[in-house]
Amino acid sequence: MSERLSRAGAVRVGWTSAAVVVLLALPFYLDAFWLRIGLFSMAAAIGAVGLGLLSGTAGQLSLGHAFFLAVGAYGYVWLAGEPGPGLPTAPAAVLAVLLAGAAGGLFSPVAGRVRGIYLGVATLALVFLGHHVLLTADSVTGGFNGRSVPPLELGGFSFSADSELTLLGVPFGAEERLWYLGIALFAVTWFTARGLLRGRPGRALVALRDSETAAAVMGVNVARHRSAAFVVSSMYAGLAGVMLALSFRRVVPDYFGLVLSVDYLAMIVIGGLGSVAGATAGAVFVTALPLLMTRYADQLPLVAAPGTTDGTVGPTEAARYLYGAAIVLILLFAPDGLHGLVRRLRARLRRRRAAPPPVGTASASLPPTSAARTKEPTP
Amino acid sequence: MTTLLDTLFNGLALGTVYALVALGFVIIFKASGVMNFAHGSLLLLGGYLTAVLHDDLGFAGALAVSVLATAAVAGVMDRFLLQAGGPDPHGAHVQTIVTIGVDILILTDLSRRIGGDLLSLGDPWGDSVSGLGPVTVADSRIAAIVVSGMVIAGVFALFRYTSWGLSLRAAAEDVEAASLMGVRLVRIRMLAWCLAGALAALAAVFLAAFPAPGLERTTGQIALKAFPAAILGGMASPPGALAGSLLIGMTEALVAGYQSDLHVLGEGFGDVAPYAVMVLVLLVRPTGLFGGKAAVRV
Repeated sequence: MSERLSRAGAVRVGWTSAAVVVLLALPFYLDAFWLRIGLFSMAAAIGAVGLGLLSGTAGQLSLGHAFFLAVGAYGYVWLAGEPGPGLPTAPAAVLAVLLAGAAGGLFSPVAGRVRGIYLGVATLALVFLGHHVLLTADSVTGGFNGRSVPPLELGGFSFSADSELTLLGVPFGAEERLWYLGIALFAVTWFTARGLLRGRPGRALVALRDSETAAAVMGVNVARHRSAAFVVSSMYAGLAGVMLALSFRRVVPDYFGLVLSVDYLAMIVIGGLGSVAGATAGAVFVTALPLLMTRYADQLPLVAAPGTTDGTVGPTEAARYLYGAAIVLILLFAPDGLHGLVRRLRARLRRRRAAPPPVGTASASLPPTSAARTKEPTP
Repeated sequence: MTTLLDTLFNGLALGTVYALVALGFVIIFKASGVMNFAHGSLLLLGGYLTAVLHDDLGFAGALAVSVLATAAVAGVMDRFLLQAGGPDPHGAHVQTIVTIGVDILILTDLSRRIGGDLLSLGDPWGDSVSGLGPVTVADSRIAAIVVSGMVIAGVFALFRYTSWGLSLRAAAEDVEAASLMGVRLVRIRMLAWCLAGALAALAAVFLAAFPAPGLERTTGQIALKAFPAAILGGMASPPGALAGSLLIGMTEALVAGYQSDLHVLGEGFGDVAPYAVMVLVLLVRPTGLFGGKAAVRV
């Protein structure tokens, strides 16, 4: 048994390192369009992991994720820019993440008391009030037109195309550089979130989700864990906001609306609640699909080229149709999301591999329910 | 004084129309535990059907068709998309996300058809006004108050006096017990969705009528303001939804009416004031004004 486990472990390490190598090599082969999709996906994945922690694991429905993303993005722009304190960019990024966490903490009087659907709509208020503030507080946010984002500098290395850099014959522009930053930040997110989920805090949050009373009896401090989940999730959102701001190079209020919050909710449910890998898969799916659809619209049947009007289906609309249909279909056939789908497929594959043809012996080794099924007469 | 009366009247009219939408949210939530994100698109669908049909069928005919059609769409959506896996009480959050998908589909299609146009619904009130004591009010607003009030009273009577209402209340109280008593959960739930769809289609008429320029593709977003209204009253309480809607309507009208005195808060604060009120109320009463404190049995 242990031999098999260790073999499975070795296989897993092999796959993980192969994936990392591929991710690290991609900037040498892909052009800026694909890299940008990757950047947005990584940023979205960071935010989605945070929301998954809050809504999936802790069971606190939040529609306010866009607000915390906005705090991170605008926090960075204001702290590092003019007008603003004009801090060096690296500490500004860290402070922006902390600022988002603080915003989550300020909301904890509501988050600690309000439950379920009430919390969902209460956080909805954050999005609308936040959007209003972004539009009106011109001196900080730049109003309707937003602000341009100062590029991040880390120890003299600038994450922009200002300075020439060529590696192995490939010119390294902003996208290529940010790609590695994104991978590093995503790795941090991945490991911290998995650590949280598998350790004491994660188990406390799951206990809270399943039954608050039972969790309190077991010694979980309900109010503290509820607001801590909110703070941590907001910090991930803030990090995602900084990453998004760096990738977009301009922040505008209209981006951080209800649609964005709903997109994040769709990411974690499509991916599968309560799993870091699921949230990542959902984030990539929701982010990349519209961008790819818009790019390859002309090659799809029934879709008109961009710019034509008079009632035909344009690429943006086609992308929205497909997005909506994908949400409905995935959840119709896999209510536990992509994560659950993969798990079931893997279980089926393993069963097939473990129990090859001879029916008599196979049914004996299977659990009773499936054994009963094999005995049913086939028409 | 006239301004105040004017504002209060506007608030009342807005509030009763919001109540139509909020009541739909509450009925759906009571019956299925789902927060219906597609409500805005259902509202837009109702308005759109009225707008395109009123030339051929006349206003009343078009309204009747659109109310029935929207109810049917809502019912079909619940029966065949949300309840596809059976009435699973634990799947409410997944079903909530499915409504987001449906919302995207309907909204994309309607936006494409409407484009940048302003559609007239052909309502009989037009832009006429009447004097009501010291203030002049739009006829469409009077109609909104009267019709909405009658419909809301009718819905309350449905809840109170029909066997469907009794079944719905029983199912909301305890799904399993209701099912053992012979309540047909699937059908009860589907009818609840139909009713909510019909209310949304009716609300669309008043939201697009006179002081508003007409039906736009963004009209459906008004449904989002009914969220705080429903929450304020307590999501599971229909009278609460009515009270919450009136409060939200009044708040919005007052903030908009006294905009010049409130310019510190920024332009267009009236649109977001409902949310501010809601957060304040939730701080004091976490389950809304009329929501009972949920007892926990261990």
